[in-house]
Amino acid sequence: MTAKARSKATSSAKGPLVETTYRDALREALREALREDDRVFLMGEDVGSYGGCFAVSLGLLEEFGPERVRDTPLSESAFVGAGIGAAIQGMRPIVEVMTVNFSMLALDQIVNNAAALLHMSGGQYPVPLVIRMTTGAGRQLAAQHSHSLEGWYAHVPGIRIVAPATLEDARGMLATALSDPDPVLLFEHGSLYTMKGTLRADAGAVDLDRAAVRRPGTDVTLIAYGGMLARTLEAAEALDAEGMSAEVVDLRTLRPLDDATIVGSVRNTHRAVVVDEGWRSGSLSAEIVARIQEQAFYDLDAPVERVCSAEVPMPYAHQLEAAALPQVASIVAAALRTKG
Amino acid sequence: MADFTMPSLGADMDEGTLLEWLVHPGDVVRKGDVLAVVDTSKSAVEVESFHTGVVGPLLVEPGTTVPVGTVLATITEAGAAPPEAPVPEPVAAAPKPKRARSRGTSGPRRLRPLPAAATEQVRSPSSGATRRGWAWTSATCGTGPGRTITRDDVRRDSHPRPRVSPYARRLAAELGVDLEAVRPADGEVVRAEDVRAHAGGPTAAPAPTAPPTAPAAAPPATTPQDAMRAAIAATMTRSKREVPHYYLTNTVDLSTALAWMHDRNRDLPVQERLVPAALVLHAVARAAAATPALNGFFVDGAFRPGDGVHVGVAISLRGGGLVAPAILDADALTVEETMARLKDLVLRTRAGRLRSRELSDPTITVTNLGDQGVESVYGVIHAPQVALVGVGKVVERPWAADGMVGARPVTTMTLSADHRVTDGFTGARFLALVDDHLQHPEEP
Repeated sequence: MTAKARSKATSSAKGPLVETTYRDALREALREALREDDRVFLMGEDVGSYGGCFAVSLGLLEEFGPERVRDTPLSESAFVGAGIGAAIQGMRPIVEVMTVNFSMLALDQIVNNAAALLHMSGGQYPVPLVIRMTTGAGRQLAAQHSHSLEGWYAHVPGIRIVAPATLEDARGMLATALSDPDPVLLFEHGSLYTMKGTLRADAGAVDLDRAAVRRPGTDVTLIAYGGMLARTLEAAEALDAEGMSAEVVDLRTLRPLDDATIVGSVRNTHRAVVVDEGWRSGSLSAEIVARIQEQAFYDLDAPVERVCSAEVPMPYAHQLEAAALPQVASIVAAALRTKG
Repeated sequence: MADFTMPSLGADMDEGTLLEWLVHPGDVVRKGDVLAVVDTSKSAVEVESFHTGVVGPLLVEPGTTVPVGTVLATITEAGAAPPEAPVPEPVAAAPKPKRARSRGTSGPRRLRPLPAAATEQVRSPSSGATRRGWAWTSATCGTGPGRTITRDDVRRDSHPRPRVSPYARRLAAELGVDLEAVRPADGEVVRAEDVRAHAGGPTAAPAPTAPPTAPAAAPPATTPQDAMRAAIAATMTRSKREVPHYYLTNTVDLSTALAWMHDRNRDLPVQERLVPAALVLHAVARAAAATPALNGFFVDGAFRPGDGVHVGVAISLRGGGLVAPAILDADALTVEETMARLKDLVLRTRAGRLRSRELSDPTITVTNLGDQGVESVYGVIHAPQVALVGVGKVVERPWAADGMVGARPVTTMTLSADHRVTDGFTGARFLALVDDHLQHPEEP
């Protein structure tokens, strides 16, 4: 399973196309994992009887039973810690944390234990744990449930951070994450669950090492991930009308970053815009800009632009929330600024 | 008025890249002040002024490679009229006002800006600051005494350094486009497409960095390490081709010297403690002072004695390659002073901060590979110097003295010398002197 998952490239599926959604693709990935490996189990708040807060695990309790699809008390620290213990003991737990803001309660378990145990035990205790959580704004969930804190986690060595932005990655990232001997955090953007599209019927595991060029272009590189990918692609189309050919890079994995793909694209286009739903200060976008200037300074024809969220707790009001988030128009404007 | 020129920092250097100006026009400098940093292919070197006066226009922009002897700036003696010299044609860009960078404590004396009321007044539009592209207009308001216009006023009103994107700058160098010729609208940035628009046009000039005088044997250097390797290759090839070397070897009993050193170290703080290399350098410096024929240069078919004993010390660099900067006037130092200068030299060499005299002036070189475990070194003379002393490791050997055999610490010292200048007799006397000094380390 491990070798198979690792070896399958992003676009190796050849089966017929079927209509599906991001949510269904995630559920199919969970179902496959539970079916193919009896060490795998799912636990979290409301993942069983209720079918998951975002209905991702709907029907899995009925299919796999309460031993393998487990509802937990409302204590993130406790059930993430239990997942770490199970992983050390040879299980392959998938822990769902409802939203990223709740994961703050499990920060100690994730950063101080899951990320560090392998190193602190001199290599004796790998933690093959997958933690899924919802991230991002755009659904009027206000300052309570609209954070994009995946950039924080991407700061921490010892864990891998992935953010599926396409149906293919929603379907394929879980299997590869489970085959990783170290903890993997999988960030599902809340606005993507209803995203519709087509997927190969035999779609399966995808790699977790490389960023993907989702749209080729020659004049500017737009770098995005997760919930920002779709509107960045939209911005690229709009830029076409302005006579600017934009290349769109989907980071896919936020840690470790795929410098080669990012910098390779910037070397061709000589301009870059980083789109990051996180707050600008101390963000993942800052890290990407730093790497671009470290590795491609003499290829830059303009300062690297960033489009990030306004540095405020997310407003509830619909129009204020929209104003606080990166939008197609702000991405287009940033790209045009690089043209001078 | 004097010219401040691109110095020759070694026999193999025929061009250099100006890295950084540490002064700006109008600064008052004294002889020995560091004015600029120059990149030879070996390291970044701080270049000192030979004159005291006021710095005129800076004629070469940082990043430009120019032949040795090119005038980089003029220095007007204090009290003399402002420079009226014609500005040389191929100047890369307007001078960039820049503060002397503050650095660690080991650097040279910092230049102090003059008090505002002193000689900073710009007397006429033809003075240094305004001649080199710093706009001076009737709209410029004077804030000096009596509303005179000061250098700061001009700088405030002047056009900033043209803004060029990194890619455009690189492209300009590749395509041979003179960035001066690419004139953007006011406040606009020069971008790659502006450079491309100029490429091949009538204003295109040859790339300023093209080195037409590069040695034919050296392959194009792609990294600083490659460039240094090429420079070493050129120097060593020339030395082995042109200099008829002869070699003499002597094994020196170091027991007296080391006993003296250990005794001395008991009284010294840890950071000042001596190592055998300092004793050897000290002895070589004294022997060289007493043997002028080995201390100097073979230039234009004749020997020219050095103006002092400046002992070059071969120092390997972490990134590969080596340089041999000098301990200046080493024959006048005590062992303790030699030790301090050696430590300082090694630190600054590894930090890439050497002064021009240290690189250009060694009169004899010592290479010590003892730390690497070799017993003797038959070195290649760093032409145009005429002698090189190789030092091996200190080893314990059976040693007969006064009819008794005992174990003594000894080292093998090898002299490589230029046979055009001296014969073995002189070389033998030199090695004997070194030996003698090492038997009497207590003598100053």
